[in-house]
Amino acid sequence: MHPQRKKRLTLILFLVVGVGSAVGLLMYSLSQNINLFQTPTQIANGEVPIGRTIRAGGLVVDGSVVRAEEGLGVTFKVTDGVASVPIFYDGILPDLFREGQGIVALGQLDEAGVLQASEVLAKHDENYMPPEVQEALEKAHQAGKANLEAAAGY
Amino acid sequence: MWQWLKTLYHRLGSPKWFYDLTSRWIPWLIGFSVLGGVVGLVWGLAFAPADYQQGNSFRIIYIHVPAALISQSAYIMMAIAGAVFMIWRMKMAAWVARVIAPIGASFCLIALLTGAIWGQPTWGTWWVWDARLTSMLLLLFLFFGVMALQQAMETDEAGHKASAILALVGLVNIPIIKYSVEWWNTLHQPATLKLTEKPSMHPDMLYPLLIMIVTTYVFFALLVILRTRNEILWHERKRTWVKQLLEKRWNSAA
Repeated sequence: MHPQRKKRLTLILFLVVGVGSAVGLLMYSLSQNINLFQTPTQIANGEVPIGRTIRAGGLVVDGSVVRAEEGLGVTFKVTDGVASVPIFYDGILPDLFREGQGIVALGQLDEAGVLQASEVLAKHDENYMPPEVQEALEKAHQAGKANLEAAAGY
Repeated sequence: MWQWLKTLYHRLGSPKWFYDLTSRWIPWLIGFSVLGGVVGLVWGLAFAPADYQQGNSFRIIYIHVPAALISQSAYIMMAIAGAVFMIWRMKMAAWVARVIAPIGASFCLIALLTGAIWGQPTWGTWWVWDARLTSMLLLLFLFFGVMALQQAMETDEAGHKASAILALVGLVNIPIIKYSVEWWNTLHQPATLKLTEKPSMHPDMLYPLLIMIVTTYVFFALLVILRTRNEILWHERKRTWVKQLLEKRWNSAA
């Protein structure tokens, strides 16, 4: 290779690698702030100050959804499998909100440890399947079959 | 192999060779884009089963995922072309980098808009500042920046150089987009299609998606080739071969 071209190639490689590692380190040091939401474990460990607006994310605990007698108020718990956090929300829930579904709630933690939410967003997972397949999976699950994927046919 | 690549590289540097070669490709690329687009869209929008949770709104995936993939591929291609120009001063590479920028920006914008339209019914919001959405927005601004820098300089040469450097610096954003959903908690779901594992999508829904992805790549190639040919004609307009070509066109049209 021509020496001048070699020099330019090295310069460009240095540029890309240099910028890459600088941004990588920056991202690493900022990683806690880049997270969209805090997990229930982080909240239970007291990593989240009371009264500050945060987002909490996790799966809605089965059987934890309690609707108020009047109005739209609803209380439920979200979990990450380790800890769980109670959430109170007064408003219209997204269509995909249901027990077992992942959600992200924006709000403040009060003294009682309840997250007073002002916005609840549904999180969708990366699985896509037709309803029939979902039913087949459900049936197989209830029959206690270990091999779920075989029942779904893929 | 190496020798063959070297010959190909030198030939690619010749605008006339590229123009003649792609003249034969264009009808095929158009045919494939139309056919693949019709088959993929009709299959995906009308015949693929609805999703068990999202119902019909999941069908936007047939536009959203191809557009998002291609905008990132376009960016990588633009940065590589920029690097080739910087190192070997190959003019063709600079022209290719220049024509890709608006095409990539368009696909990026389509991905962002379709994502917002899908996010409203599914998540309950049009937009959220999570790592995936923010890094995709940054990609759009990088495309805009490259386009602006190309025009902002006194000479074409300086514009090509400045925009190539910006494109190369912005390359760091590509792995960030890809891994944002794994490194951080985001509202956006992780990837459904993975290179190393089998996709977490039912085959009836997957095949039209794969058709749409391949078709959109072909369509992207078509757009890049067409715009590169225009760029070639403009820059080589005083050359004999372009004059002869135009004369021939003129005579056959008259």
